Amino acid sequence: MLNSVKGMLLTLASTFTGLRRPVTRQYPTVPTPVQPRFMGFPALTWDNGVNEPYCTGCMVCIRNCPTQCMSASMMDNPLNAEGQSSRRKIVDYFEINLNRCILCGICVEVCNFDAIVMSHEHEMSTYERNGDRVNLPALLEIGQKYQRETTWIPPTVLAKAKKDAEDAAKAAEAAKVEAAAAVEGGE
Amino acid sequence: MVESQIDITAGPPPDAPPNAEPVEMLLNMGPQHPSTHGVFRMVLWVDGEKIVAVEPHIGYLHRGSEKLCEGEQYHQVITLFDRLDYVANFNNELVYCQAVEKLMGLTVPERAEYVRVILCELNRIASHLLYVGTIGLDAGAMTPTMFAFRGRERIQALFEAVSGARMMHNYFRIGGLKEELPDNFEQLIRDLLPLLREDVAESDKILTFNEIFLSRLKDVGRISAEDAIDFGFTGPCLRGCGVEYDVRKAQPYSVYDRFDFDVPVGLDGDCWDRHWVRIQEMYESLSIVEQALAQMPGGSVASSLGRRLIRPPAGEVYARAENPRGEMGVHLVSKGADRPYRLKVRPPSFCNLSAIKYLLKDSWIADSVVILGSLDIVLGEVDR
Repeated sequence: MLNSVKGMLLTLASTFTGLRRPVTRQYPTVPTPVQPRFMGFPALTWDNGVNEPYCTGCMVCIRNCPTQCMSASMMDNPLNAEGQSSRRKIVDYFEINLNRCILCGICVEVCNFDAIVMSHEHEMSTYERNGDRVNLPALLEIGQKYQRETTWIPPTVLAKAKKDAEDAAKAAEAAKVEAAAAVEGGE
Repeated sequence: MVESQIDITAGPPPDAPPNAEPVEMLLNMGPQHPSTHGVFRMVLWVDGEKIVAVEPHIGYLHRGSEKLCEGEQYHQVITLFDRLDYVANFNNELVYCQAVEKLMGLTVPERAEYVRVILCELNRIASHLLYVGTIGLDAGAMTPTMFAFRGRERIQALFEAVSGARMMHNYFRIGGLKEELPDNFEQLIRDLLPLLREDVAESDKILTFNEIFLSRLKDVGRISAEDAIDFGFTGPCLRGCGVEYDVRKAQPYSVYDRFDFDVPVGLDGDCWDRHWVRIQEMYESLSIVEQALAQMPGGSVASSLGRRLIRPPAGEVYARAENPRGEMGVHLVSKGADRPYRLKVRPPSFCNLSAIKYLLKDSWIADSVVILGSLDIVLGEVDR
């Protein structure tokens, strides 16, 4: 009997704490924040420097997708012919069937051109069976929204910065050792 | 339309006792029954309130995962393993990664091993908290679910911060991890652990020794240690019978030999003992997480393979690990290609569930729900 009373007291106590600091949220009306790493639906990024998509349509994400939810094709880049862009090829057509996508993030991992991101978009239910087949303009729009709302830095740029910093640190270390050796040698 | 395998007009099943005639009712439980924990179907031959015989029907959630693995590259298979036991995703990923690492003779960076252990143990707590919630519902208590899910939600928020997903993480890689932990991980887990300890203690306090709960679970669904071993029981179900068998101790994998933890065992092998073992395991898992955090070395977590396509040498390997539900094994056969030749999963839930015919015989209908709940099955793993 005593343990049931103890359980009841616990329930009562948490009722009062719950009234003061509720754990639940009125979800559809109160939006739920997501973590920075949250993997929502994949989207394509926009290179603001050149004003074109990062994607070259190389199809590496399509070959690595476990569910075959994407398709794409590439074309010659007109901006490259004009000398404005260093990309010789550019994406012509891209479609993701988001109903098929399992949000695994493999496409982002294999991409060599920083072209695809897991956006924070996740409330995309539709009433039709294939209502979430998203084409290139829509994907770029989601991607640009993601870029605006987060401080997205292309992963290759990040990796290069990290490597440069490490190299600089190594060089500084080597210089220090050299200087110390020189001092010793001077004595 | 597929014909039902059960002929309702037929008599009792062959293994029903002869004095069971006449069978008064055939009760179809599931697959959409809320207390079958998924889509499990039992056909009960009942004599009044007493269960005479049980015919379990599995396969409603069969997705052909093992066959699908043969068509996916090694790094893609991890996504399928997330979906086997869908409340212990990290533990599943770990078993598969261990199998491939064993086959390739890879060593995993020390830090990656520790991160894996921390995440797996947190996932064990999350899984057991879900169990506490559901066994409460099965025994007729609504409140523990709310307590349990509050704690589970906290763990899942941490998982989201680490891997980007609440359940289907795809975070472990063959030979390492996908990426380094987030910068604020230390802070997140330091905030989480005291709250979690409180949550576990509350789930314990509200349910375990409650008189009504005790009378619903004690001496129900009893199984002897010998029978449990014969049925292939592992995990908390086996330890509830008093057998001290835990893969983490019996055959330490990853870095589990470096932690000091107990293996709680029950006495009678009834539903309440299985429940008690799970509760105690949560405290042990918390202690393992704390020890792992204290010991965690620095360095890289990336796989030495980088982003190369994986082609393990031809051969066979069996890897196992202690999942929240028991021993999960992966038998992997490679022919040197970029996809597994054959991949067989030994799911703990399936083996534990195999005793359902034995456990439910001569019990009451009302107890069937509790017995099934105390086995803590996950149908994604049973049906695969």
